[in-house]
Amino acid sequence: MKPQSVSARALLRAGTLAAAFAVALPAMAQQPAAPLPKPGTPGAPNQPLYGRPDNEAAIKLAPVPAPPIAASVDKLPVDKLKLPKGFNIEVYASGIPDARSLRLGDKGTVFVGNRLQDKVYAITEKDGKRTVKVIASGLYKPNGVAFHNGTLYIAELSKISKIEGIEDKLDNPPKPTLVYDNLPKDEAHGWKFISIGPDNKLYVPVGQPCNACIPSDAHGQIRRMNLDGSGVEVIARGVRNTVGFDWHPVTKELYFTDNGRDWLSEDLPNDELNRLTKAGQHFGSPYCLQGNIPDSEFGWGRSCSEFVAPVGLMGPHAAALGMRFYNGTMFPAEYRGAILVARHGSWNRSNKFGGDIALVKLNKDGSVKSVEPFITGFLVDNKYIGRPVDVQPMKDGSLLISDDYDGAVYRVTYGNAKTANR
Amino acid sequence: MRAILAAIAIAAALPAAAATLEERLAPCLSCHGEKGQSANQDVPSLGAQQKDYVLVQLYMFREKLRKVELMNEMAKGLTDDDLRAFSEFIAKLPAPLPPADASDAARVARAQEIVGKNRCNSCHTSTFVGQDQIPRIAAQREDYLLRSLREYKSNERRSYDPAMASVVEPLKDEDFVDLAYYLARVK
Repeated sequence: MKPQSVSARALLRAGTLAAAFAVALPAMAQQPAAPLPKPGTPGAPNQPLYGRPDNEAAIKLAPVPAPPIAASVDKLPVDKLKLPKGFNIEVYASGIPDARSLRLGDKGTVFVGNRLQDKVYAITEKDGKRTVKVIASGLYKPNGVAFHNGTLYIAELSKISKIEGIEDKLDNPPKPTLVYDNLPKDEAHGWKFISIGPDNKLYVPVGQPCNACIPSDAHGQIRRMNLDGSGVEVIARGVRNTVGFDWHPVTKELYFTDNGRDWLSEDLPNDELNRLTKAGQHFGSPYCLQGNIPDSEFGWGRSCSEFVAPVGLMGPHAAALGMRFYNGTMFPAEYRGAILVARHGSWNRSNKFGGDIALVKLNKDGSVKSVEPFITGFLVDNKYIGRPVDVQPMKDGSLLISDDYDGAVYRVTYGNAKTANR
Repeated sequence: MRAILAAIAIAAALPAAAATLEERLAPCLSCHGEKGQSANQDVPSLGAQQKDYVLVQLYMFREKLRKVELMNEMAKGLTDDDLRAFSEFIAKLPAPLPPADASDAARVARAQEIVGKNRCNSCHTSTFVGQDQIPRIAAQREDYLLRSLREYKSNERRSYDPAMASVVEPLKDEDFVDLAYYLARVK
């Protein structure tokens, strides 16, 4: 069964049902199965707190905002972070408010995007001294950055643009030029992580514009396109909100994190780690959650067997965001070929979960062998002292981590690796 | 307007290091009200405002992420530490008081229904005093509340977090009028 026809049929069926109710039961005021309100009306599923139960514990929960100002170097939490034996962590760069997606240029420049602010930063290193500069500003939620053949790609909320030869123009960067903007403008889950695959195509997600709703044909998916924005195809559906993906170094299959819905319960659903094995696969949202729970609202009449189940579960409301395969040699052998995932940490849970870097080990067949915490300590007494967003392996095998709560980037090394100057 | 320009001139003339926090904030409070309550149209009361919210707004004014020319001018050149100190001071001003008039029960009821449907109490809390970066809106000036809601709707005012843009999206202007009326009168 083709995934597209599934969702089209579901929509049709829902519409027919709604129409039937409207005709058959116009005067039954107490009818509990009233059709859902139209998207856009108050209390409709596209509202941010849709689904929140009215009890005291739930009312207390709201997204955890980050301070808009970066913490000063002496206030950064590196000393409080916990790493396995033999690993070290240091401040790589500070003073980058709202530090989000990371990307490494060919000449060693590290690019950093913004989700709530308007800038893209470049961190450069010369003679052991690091500099942070703004290379683009006045952008609208430029969360995503990608790099390919000397060109930096920037994903704003509803627009992808690029700067060619960026690493030679860091002191006087030109304005980004448009690549693609045929994208919805929804604020909810509108910010983007982007990347360029081993097929030399640009991958652009479009989240569900809601906590839980039946998305339009243009939402809840990952698109792939040529680097000039042409040849667009939808390669994954049923994707609620992915903010991180990467490709398996051997099989070249796409793995992506996906954030589960809010308000179902404290402990469910888990965020997902998915694997795309065929273009066009449907990963369940909003009908089936974490591969085995039909949604309490949209799962009626559906079965989880219609959809591709996740290969890994990343924890309840954990906000599994940026992820990369680790292909370096600095870390011990067991890390090679594993996935490192930044879990930003939950807000939709009384006892917060996440706020760490997770290590996902894979079996030879690409299935998940284990998910375990790797770097922890961002969450102290149910409060965040930092929140990891993305990871970026470096050429020497060290690992960078962005923290949008403190506005900083950290560097993780193993062994007696010489640490560079802060 | 002349008074405001004069206030800016004073603010600019004061050497930051020499002036006390009170002295540096005097021009701000000359419009916003020294006791936390603004008497000026479209100028919000700042009393007991959440310090994290004030910090975000000052930051957005400084970075021109929120565009209000006067405030952009006022915030220009402030350091991160200034922003923190200003926010903490402002949060300690006394909370504003609602107008003394008897409120129209029908309008209040309409507004409370909108509040319920849109779950305003989730972030702003059930007493509307706000939390962290979510502002206190209880007993805020009615004209300022109405203007803010309208600006969120038209996207003229972009908040730091996308929540308000989605919340107001389905609401109509008459809803804003009732909401502003009611919230201005929350004790």
